[in-house]
Amino acid sequence: MDRFVFLTLDGLSKGAVYAAFALALVLIWRGTRVVNFAQGAMAVATVYVAYSVSNATDSYWLGFAAAIIAAALLGAVIEVVVARRVHDAPPLNAIVVAIGLVLLLQAVLGMIYTNEYLAFAAPFSERALTAGGLTLLSPYDLFVFAVVTVLLVLLTLLFTRTPLGLRMRASAFAPEVSRLLGVDVARMRTLGWVLAAVVGSLAGLLVIPTELGLHPTAMDDIFVAAFTAAVVGGLDSPAGAVIGGLIVGVLLSYVGGYIRSDATPLAVLALLVVVLLVRPGGLFAVPQARRV
Amino acid sequence: MVDTNGVPSSATAPGDADSTENTASAENTETPRPAASTVPGLVRRAGGAGAPPVRRGNTLLRHLLIAVVIGVVVVIATYQITPFRNYQLATIGAYLCVLPGLILLTGFNGQISLGHGALMACGAYTVALVQDALGGEAQWHLLVSVLSGVATATVLGAVIGVAAARLHGPYLAGATLAVAASVPAVTTTFDGLFGGDAGLSFAMAPAPESLGLYFPFERWQAWLALLGAGVTMLLLTNLVRSRFGRTLRAVRDDEVAASLAGIHVARVQVLAFVVSAAGAGLGGALFAVLAQSVSPGAYGLTLSLNLMLAIVLGGLGGLRGALWGAIVLVALQPLADAATRGFSFSPEVQQRLDGTLPLAVFGLALIVVMTTAPGGIDGLVSRATRRLGQLGRRSPR
Repeated sequence: MDRFVFLTLDGLSKGAVYAAFALALVLIWRGTRVVNFAQGAMAVATVYVAYSVSNATDSYWLGFAAAIIAAALLGAVIEVVVARRVHDAPPLNAIVVAIGLVLLLQAVLGMIYTNEYLAFAAPFSERALTAGGLTLLSPYDLFVFAVVTVLLVLLTLLFTRTPLGLRMRASAFAPEVSRLLGVDVARMRTLGWVLAAVVGSLAGLLVIPTELGLHPTAMDDIFVAAFTAAVVGGLDSPAGAVIGGLIVGVLLSYVGGYIRSDATPLAVLALLVVVLLVRPGGLFAVPQARRV
Repeated sequence: MVDTNGVPSSATAPGDADSTENTASAENTETPRPAASTVPGLVRRAGGAGAPPVRRGNTLLRHLLIAVVIGVVVVIATYQITPFRNYQLATIGAYLCVLPGLILLTGFNGQISLGHGALMACGAYTVALVQDALGGEAQWHLLVSVLSGVATATVLGAVIGVAAARLHGPYLAGATLAVAASVPAVTTTFDGLFGGDAGLSFAMAPAPESLGLYFPFERWQAWLALLGAGVTMLLLTNLVRSRFGRTLRAVRDDEVAASLAGIHVARVQVLAFVVSAAGAGLGGALFAVLAQSVSPGAYGLTLSLNLMLAIVLGGLGGLRGALWGAIVLVALQPLADAATRGFSFSPEVQQRLDGTLPLAVFGLALIVVMTTAPGGIDGLVSRATRRLGQLGRRSPR
């Protein structure tokens, strides 16, 4: 029982990170119908920025802020320079360009920081607190939940309560009509990429200090888990991405805790295949007329 | 647009569909024929610019002749080069078993797979296990193990293909990416069978004594790999020029139109996946034969991504892109080494550039090719030769 509670809470904490990362994928997918396979590499690049700035200034929070700013810039540059050119092309082109970006980013990071694992400490203790004999969450887990919750609230407010959010939603769903109504659709897409890059960077900042260590390919497995989370929720739904992330996190925690930790990528694959075959639109998809 | 068998097309007018030639090639390629269109005009138009020009005569026989000629030239060449070059040639040969199938799947049928590294791993591990079980002393052991490698990869490909036929674009890419990423997990989870991270190594018979006492092993490996490449290329060039090839393109271009024309879309997609999986299994088996060992590190996500970028750089328009892609994959590392050595960096910088520079070049090349010249190297080359040909034809008049 003790173990079950611990694994569940631990899984929810990991799931919160997957949820944030899946949210980044959903943001770009909704805006441009592209799955950004380079999301992981982009996030790692910004965590390296955080690492450098933190080491130079001795402050975790300055590094944190620097990573967010770097993510916004990176997202904007990639959208303007590369992603925009494949937007109207077949899906293959966008995927290939994203893979090119992954290789390029990982290679450049390897050149600058070498391919060795770097230690990047968490800002709070990772030792789990106990209450009444039960092992519960660590302060760092609470920090993760707090960040993801704030992020969700801010994004919800942005999309539902502000004119900017309305324009972004409009350009995603009806670009032609929005253009006629005077919305700068291209700028909204850039903004979508910026938002997604920032959200992805946050996920990277939260997950890398825990167990992975900083490495150019650190987010590869996280990307697969987050893609699965996004698919579980349906690529179109931010709420689905969050729930999907929590489901994936808890599932992996159980598989890792009760079966063996090596098998977690297989569990991700199994979940992805089952969801895609049974409900390709995601578990929370509302039935809708098929677009041709 | 693209001539798939490397012969200059001049003999007959394009678009002159000859039904006898079509049926002959379809029978000769020994593939299960799908319930194809009863409206050939629709299929032909859907094939569009991707359809190769039609020629008279027996396609299989002509391709066989070309293959034999190329084979003789290559065998002579293997005597002229060093063992290291022979090993590189063998690697190109092994890639040439995988890449044409992937071009058939992605270029001709429009399905994206980032998981062919896993299918190669399947072929490679089967070779290692079967070689171990048989002992590996005799030549027929190798034949049996390579064939079983192809068979298991084909079965796995059929399983993935059934799932893939229901998925589109990024969903398919993500699902196959997950397959590729799970290879190391499979080998460590079942480490009793697959040897975990260390992998398996196996014994292999040397070159037959009839070839001479001092026949270099690398040359023998090159022969084996190139034989595999030749068989793959021969079968696939015939396949893409058959009725099945046109069905593939019809499904790629418009699934609704294809199914209206009586094509069983899902069946065609699964078949395309199975064919490309067989090629991947053969390629993986030959990689195992080249290294005489298998380990999860060699068949991870990186391999799958490399395969994808090889066919994109080589060109998705025709099977010839596979040749360019294989050459690029093998040549890039030595070229990058030469480039960094030319600049005499400090040892520390040198070490940082060692593994990363080829990756950076690859990544950049992918982005540039995809955004500016989606035809890849093959597209550029055939455009250049066509322009030269036009110049040559125009000047005498």
